[in-house]
Amino acid sequence: MFRNLKITCDQATTICDKNQYREASTKDKIRLCLHLIVCRICVKYSKQNTTLSNLYKGHSQYCKDVKHCLTTKEKEDLKALLEKNKE
Amino acid sequence: MIEEKHGLTPYKWIDNYADYLYNFTISRVNNSDLAKDLVQETFLAGLKSAKNFQGKATERTWLVSILKRKIIDHYRKINSKKGQAEVRMDFYDDGENKGSWLEEHVPQNWDNASEKQIENEELRNQLEVCINKLPEKYAMVFRMKTVQEFETEEICKELGITSSNLWVMIHRARTQLRKCMEDNWFNN
Repeated sequence: MFRNLKITCDQATTICDKNQYREASTKDKIRLCLHLIVCRICVKYSKQNTTLSNLYKGHSQYCKDVKHCLTTKEKEDLKALLEKNKE
Repeated sequence: MIEEKHGLTPYKWIDNYADYLYNFTISRVNNSDLAKDLVQETFLAGLKSAKNFQGKATERTWLVSILKRKIIDHYRKINSKKGQAEVRMDFYDDGENKGSWLEEHVPQNWDNASEKQIENEELRNQLEVCINKLPEKYAMVFRMKTVQEFETEEICKELGITSSNLWVMIHRARTQLRKCMEDNWFNN
């Protein structure tokens, strides 16, 4: 039974990444927990991953708050181009 | 004329939709020049296929659907460059200990991690540098999932990929980002 739950570090970190978005399945979470009992390297990865997720979240908020606009000149150029290509 | 026949108003497109489409694009490709090109192509394609507009959706929704196709085309183009310019780092053993960490890529302790987490411009810049070092397709998927926080299903649909593909790319992106931030921020 436990053999089915044994995973490699690559698989464990993949689940760990998926779990950062709360999209890992229950089975995967159990596999990850069992792996973390025996692998100190992946424990470190997991902790750092959580730290990074917090940074990404802050960055995400900043990026979403920035509104990008075309300049007036770019809009005028686009208008001219559309006019030229109109039927 | 187009506007009379189909209810489209191309002479108002730029004023009404250019910024919206530009924002929509830049949140996916994060490259202003490329975003401008895709928006321009969208408007031109819209003019060309105006006769197909049936008025079932709003003008903006219709233009966005054209833009989405342009973004998929771009994604496919960068995806077909497989192996050409892609600097893929292997973090795990591929031999006897398949799937185990390679010694040179084992995560290191981070010095002063808590102090270094303080949000500031320098940190954001470093994060951007690291994201921009990723292969373009990984960066694109990572931004959509993590920065713009789109649903997995939505990204898969927009880019025509499976969720397994998506998680492989997210995993590779995050592993490379962790290493990049470790080398250039936490232990620098």
